[in-house]
Amino acid sequence: MGFSSKVRNIYQEQLEEIINGGIYKEERFIHSSQAADIEVEYPIGSKLEKVINMCANNYLGLSSHPDVIKAAHEGLDTRGYGMSSVRFICGTQDIHDKLEKKVSEFLGTEDTILFPSCMDANAGVFEAILTAEDVMISDRLVHASIVDGMRLCAAMHDTFKHSNMKHLEKKLQLHSDKRLKVVITDGVFSMDGDTAKLDEMVELCEKYDAMLFVDDSHSTGFIGKTGRGTHEKCGVFGKIDIITTTFGKALGGASGGCVSGRKEIVDMCRQKARPYLFSNTMAPVIVAGVLKVLDILSGSTERRDKLETNSDYWRKGLQEAGFVLKEGDTPIVPVMLFNAKLSQDFSRDLFAEGIYAIGFFFPVVAKGQARIRTQISAGHEIHHLDKALAAFTRIGKKYNILGKSKKEIIEMYGL
Amino acid sequence: MEEMKDIILEYVIEEYLEDEDEELTYDTPLISGGIVDSFSMVSLKRFLENKYKISIPDDKATPEAFDNVNKIVALVNEFTA
Repeated sequence: MGFSSKVRNIYQEQLEEIINGGIYKEERFIHSSQAADIEVEYPIGSKLEKVINMCANNYLGLSSHPDVIKAAHEGLDTRGYGMSSVRFICGTQDIHDKLEKKVSEFLGTEDTILFPSCMDANAGVFEAILTAEDVMISDRLVHASIVDGMRLCAAMHDTFKHSNMKHLEKKLQLHSDKRLKVVITDGVFSMDGDTAKLDEMVELCEKYDAMLFVDDSHSTGFIGKTGRGTHEKCGVFGKIDIITTTFGKALGGASGGCVSGRKEIVDMCRQKARPYLFSNTMAPVIVAGVLKVLDILSGSTERRDKLETNSDYWRKGLQEAGFVLKEGDTPIVPVMLFNAKLSQDFSRDLFAEGIYAIGFFFPVVAKGQARIRTQISAGHEIHHLDKALAAFTRIGKKYNILGKSKKEIIEMYGL
Repeated sequence: MEEMKDIILEYVIEEYLEDEDEELTYDTPLISGGIVDSFSMVSLKRFLENKYKISIPDDKATPEAFDNVNKIVALVNEFTA
């Protein structure tokens, strides 16, 4: 028993600091399936509230789709519950191979390797393919899982200003002496909802002989005309060397992720990526569900088309109401409030009106950039969006921020 | 000496500040002040090495030694002297 009162006190003091700093995270218990309409117990112990979910990554509304659930049941019945092994011992089924091939086809890549999550894919890929002779050059706003992956890698690491192509070019020139260079970006940035300039990045990478890495977790399934991702949207389909993505968002939302791209990169991951070597892969039930999701998406663009229509409707409605939004054309629509407390108060008031949307503030976003991040789904109907718009507008009026500029909101509430 | 200070200050402003209105002096804490993160420090090190034809060993390129422009100048001088 090494957990003495001294040890306990150390942790209690740290937790108190988190609470006093106003950044203690609490969970809200959902008693229904994931969908546009959910039943939530919050705070814990209170009666269930029916609310509209405006903050899920359930972009295509497939998390509880009957065909996906049916396919998952069949997977459970025919392939069992677990593998009790990592892939290279006795943890690979035919359906893992089938899914890897299907993902490659969907993304237009040479090969794919599954991981337990995209967090694991990002944590494992860099160490598997780079050494101290190489350099990673990343956008300054890439996802935390990429940052962690780069920390685990011996290659030199540098950054470029967010989506600033001139700065990226300078960095490619600065590091021209390195053996291998990898430019690293998110496809769609999860907090701001903007899209990377992949067309320009492909050009720069070709000019300076660098590989391009894109985490398309907030894109796969719905960005681009047939939902293949940001590479389709930017006209560079087939030109991305390394794509990582998740099955935990639009593609059914359960869990799992992958590295997809050049076959040598994928093979190196199969030999050296530690989350692949030392952890079970996706459970058969989830693999079966994702296979069905890809079938649905390959057969029709109906869901991504509806998502696009919904997202445009939502963004236009908020703009007309007079909110300050982050520019973009994706289903991630951040409503800017700038002040951390205001974002928390706003979120609480929304919940009281039956709208579930979370306020984000430092350190999740930069200081003075607090916001409510809204995420639209193909599972939303217009009546959901209208109800949410009415609630946002009422609360916006209450705090007197409608039609106000960033400067005016900051003058009223501070940073 | 003054010239080196200004060259480094100008590089740091151009390289790390997102907002042109932000002010930066020779004493502004860069790493501990959250302006330069540990990953982004590498370009500053490479800039200094290329510009002043020096090689700064990794054990000398600490966050402490890079924490403001005055300290960076002192570090560069250690290797150019």
